[in-house]
Amino acid sequence: MDLNKRYTAQSWPDHPETATLEGKNKFVGFWLLLAAETVTFASLFATYLALKDRGPEGSEFTAAGLFELPLVFAMTMILLTSSLTSVYAMHHMKNHNFKAMQAWLGITVLLGLTFLGLEIYEFNHYVHLGFGYTTSAFSSAFFTLVGTHGAHVLFGLSWFIALMIRNSKRGLNMYNAPKFYLAALYWHFIDVVWVFIFTVVYLMGVIG
Amino acid sequence: MSSLAQKKGFGAVIWDYLTTVDHKKIAILYLISGGFFFLVGGLEAMMIRIQLMKAGNDFLSAGLYNEIITMHGTTMIFLAAMPLLLAFMNAVMPLQIGARDVAFPFLNSLGFWLFFFGGIFLNLSWFMGGAPDAGWTNYASLALASEGHGIDFYSLGLTISGFGTLIAGINFLVTIINMRAPGMTYMRMPLFTWTTFVASALILLAFPPLTIGLFFMVFDRLFGANFFVVEMGGNTIIWEHLFWIFGHPEVYILVLPAFGIFSEIFAIFSRKRLFGYTALVFATILIGFYGFMVWAHHMFTVGLGPTANAVFALATMIIAVPTGIKIFSWLLTIWGGSISFTVPMVYAVAFIPSFVAGGVTGVMQAMAPLDYQLHDSYFIVAHFHYVIVGGVVLAILAGTHLYWPKMFGTMLSEKLGMITFWFFFIGFHLTFFIQHFLGLLGMPRRVYTFGADQGWDLFNMISSVGALFMAIGVLVMLVNVVLTTVKNVRVGNDPWGDGRTLEWAIPSPPPFYNFAQTPLVRGLDTYWIEKMEGNKEGMVYAEPLGDVHMPNGSIIPLIMSFGMFVAAFGALYFLDDSKPWALAVLIIGLGITFGSMLVRSLKDDLGFHITKEELIEDAKRGGNTDGLK
Repeated sequence: MDLNKRYTAQSWPDHPETATLEGKNKFVGFWLLLAAETVTFASLFATYLALKDRGPEGSEFTAAGLFELPLVFAMTMILLTSSLTSVYAMHHMKNHNFKAMQAWLGITVLLGLTFLGLEIYEFNHYVHLGFGYTTSAFSSAFFTLVGTHGAHVLFGLSWFIALMIRNSKRGLNMYNAPKFYLAALYWHFIDVVWVFIFTVVYLMGVIG
Repeated sequence: MSSLAQKKGFGAVIWDYLTTVDHKKIAILYLISGGFFFLVGGLEAMMIRIQLMKAGNDFLSAGLYNEIITMHGTTMIFLAAMPLLLAFMNAVMPLQIGARDVAFPFLNSLGFWLFFFGGIFLNLSWFMGGAPDAGWTNYASLALASEGHGIDFYSLGLTISGFGTLIAGINFLVTIINMRAPGMTYMRMPLFTWTTFVASALILLAFPPLTIGLFFMVFDRLFGANFFVVEMGGNTIIWEHLFWIFGHPEVYILVLPAFGIFSEIFAIFSRKRLFGYTALVFATILIGFYGFMVWAHHMFTVGLGPTANAVFALATMIIAVPTGIKIFSWLLTIWGGSISFTVPMVYAVAFIPSFVAGGVTGVMQAMAPLDYQLHDSYFIVAHFHYVIVGGVVLAILAGTHLYWPKMFGTMLSEKLGMITFWFFFIGFHLTFFIQHFLGLLGMPRRVYTFGADQGWDLFNMISSVGALFMAIGVLVMLVNVVLTTVKNVRVGNDPWGDGRTLEWAIPSPPPFYNFAQTPLVRGLDTYWIEKMEGNKEGMVYAEPLGDVHMPNGSIIPLIMSFGMFVAAFGALYFLDDSKPWALAVLIIGLGITFGSMLVRSLKDDLGFHITKEELIEDAKRGGNTDGLK
């Protein structure tokens, strides 16, 4: 693959992420990885549901008493919006508009960082209430499920930032287009998992 | 890379293997390390049989016995059987589909090194305060009560090697989906490629639950979480579910590639097309599919209730149907064939009754009420050894003989191979057949000794003698390897003479770029078709000779895996008051791993090209002989 080959919006293929064999392999391999990730989160969700509200004798912490929706709703909206902005970024990637792609990715990263900040605030709040990682089976399951998602957010953000800095000077080519595409795909996956967390942990939690 | 075939010094060879991304060399690495762990596991098995040789024996203490049975099971499943099968998958599958290499050569290397460091970490427990002692299933109620760090070596070691296996699985799936040569449709793929495909899909979906279970175990024991701590609201049954949601598909991850190897052998040495190829393919897929719906048959006695037990009992019995289809297809492949009883074929023929015996006892245990009688007795031990040894290990031994010339360019001795076979085969049945009756007589599994008045002396003695036979068989095999390697008689493309699939159309061992020209596949058993039509070139090719793109070698996979190895020590000692440096080690280890990941991501790695002229040059020297004359 020739990295120095210059593309224009006209010569740029419609699907640059799968235009090379390497890109195709990455595309299929990444979808398979997401399948494995799905099973991973399914295991975490199942465990959470089994251990929800369980604690030592006399433990006062329950999902209904602990969770408050306004903050979590704001986090959900922010993460959903960041998924949308990453779609815009990929739209510009396919049109070979590097600057616009970088800009939208930048907005995506800012939204992701906001989400992460709010999640840290939320965790901190629970710990101050006495609901720490080791408090009960419920607390362990909750922090592990939501924290694993948070770790994925952190990884996704690092991935975006590394790609943006690495390629800031040289623009798009057939070598890095699949990388941007996969990072965006990962970001969507993280978003979908959060939708399930919002539903299963918070909404169903508040209902009781 | 001006010259393709250079003599190298010893150091250069070592460096070559540490940095290789070539699937054929990675196969050799898997074979050597898997073989090493097989010997370690075998040694542990011998110690078990020595201890149980007579009543009231004190060869091993009770505690040490627990450690040895745990490590025997864990080593044999995770560190011997799986990597040995991955060795054949790596060596053969890309050749069978006419691919240049696997889809992700770098990840292939990373997968191996993760497995390797995970295995080393697990076995270091012997020298660092004691091995895990809660059985290979590591049930949480036992594991949480275990003193010392044995269990932590188990959970952290298997987590690391599990990542490696998951990566290998994804890699094989993408290779088979994207890299098949022109004309190699799904329904023309050799059976071994098919079973690799389905086994990889099982790896993809079965290993994450295990990883999560192991994470919970690590968090509970080392970071104060409460997943399995009942007095804090936890539930130990969660471990059993997660473990068996992995554990049952794991049986098929092992046995499907074994079926694949035997399918190849039956066709080659009966000189016949596989009977019922389509049925075999769909049986493979069905077994993979049902494999995920039966895990709770390991938990009949837990108390899930009659409805759950009935459902899982039925699902388990259904699996016997596709397995039966396979058995009959193999029998009818042999039927009327022109059979040659080479060592691989002898193993394959011996496999059928041995594995069927394991399958029949499996259906017996599928009946939940009967399982209440058999549970945790030696009957179970006999059953799963019939499946794993009678199926998987026989396939590994057969596959070693079959593919040895392809991997190393020289044949193993048939005569010594036969000696190995008879010792191993007789020893195997001697060891495990009698254990069915020990189980029915009431001997529980995992006990370190028994009384002279219990009437189990003679049967245990017979079983131990059988184990000795198996050990002799394995030793003869080692002698075989050494002798034939020293003699080093070189062989051609198709040393068995009746090879049917693409791997036999290429020199043994193949040049590092595999086929100089991608072959064109014209049907099932494509090489056989060309031979029957008298094609002098060997194959029909799908492209003219041109430059070949190759990936660069890299040391990063080894460093990345080493980082995980270091981090695991940090996690292991995290809670110990006497080791305040543990947190620093954890951070440094993860730093190495994520740092090398970053380097890999940021540094462009475009590979290199072998030019057409170099390929022609190499062909003249005899480096490749396919179609370039």
